[in-house]
Amino acid sequence: MLTGKNALVTGASRGIGRAIALELAKQGASVAVNYSGSEEKARKVVEEIQQNGGTAFAIQADVSSSDSVSAMIKEVTTTFGSLDILVNNAGITRDNLLMRMKEEEWDAVINTNLKGVFNCTKAVTRPMMKQRSGRIINIASIVGVSGNPGQANYVAAKAGVIGLTKTTAKELSSRGITVNAVAPGFIETDMTDTLDTNVKDEMLKQIPLARLGRPEDIAAAVKFLASDESGYITGQTLHIDGGMVM
Amino acid sequence: MAEIQDRITKIIVDRLGVDEEEVKNESSFKEDLGADSLDVVELVMELEDEFDMEISDEDAEKIATVGDVVNYINNQQ
Repeated sequence: MLTGKNALVTGASRGIGRAIALELAKQGASVAVNYSGSEEKARKVVEEIQQNGGTAFAIQADVSSSDSVSAMIKEVTTTFGSLDILVNNAGITRDNLLMRMKEEEWDAVINTNLKGVFNCTKAVTRPMMKQRSGRIINIASIVGVSGNPGQANYVAAKAGVIGLTKTTAKELSSRGITVNAVAPGFIETDMTDTLDTNVKDEMLKQIPLARLGRPEDIAAAVKFLASDESGYITGQTLHIDGGMVM
Repeated sequence: MAEIQDRITKIIVDRLGVDEEEVKNESSFKEDLGADSLDVVELVMELEDEFDMEISDEDAEKIATVGDVVNYINNQQ
């Protein structure tokens, strides 16, 4: 499905990013596995891809830094020769009630989850515009649509990503580049593992399909949005949340 | 000088799909040559590659006519 395509997945050392990297590789894409701090885990993702006969390499970059991102994109385009698919997945949480939220917590989440998407998107527009094709897929979150107490910073960043997705889609559509967002609901990852059982039970009650999502549920949608088959879809946000927000 | 002008003209003709005769120093990219904002950004990218230089965003914003480009490149060379 993606043979001959080159992809970069940010925050791909674990969780949803890891599942996306594995899936894109399974479909034949060469994958750059970006990580910020988890070098060992990123290496394991690369090894897993290679053991399955795929092509991948790990690359460190802090997406909140434009210099770091520029260097990463340069290395990826040099190594692969082109870049067809960018998946902006890197994200962090610093949950707190609004009244207790520190400026640092706000800034950290906005810088990685929103500015990081801006930095990476800006850096890939040049190669993608030149080749007159490209797929940019942003991992937003369902809470960016619905809101969520205790996550003012995260929600603001994710809502921002949805707006950024629409604008980027409009700006780049004439150059054959599509930009879409995926909004995961409650997915089993390290990030949601830290929530306590009460919170999880409450969330389960709000999910019509009555189960948590898996990283693979997200990866399957990203695979589709990265493929030629999604060529007439741009600026959209696909909710993958078991029906939680309709 | 003439050589630089020719290279610039060629890029503009290729990128904007206009006739060479239309590319005059006083031609405005947006008003005379039918370019939109994104076309101008792409043009700047091509010029950077062609002349192996970096054009800052501040300078790029000032580019409105073919003559602006010719002067800019000549001053930088």
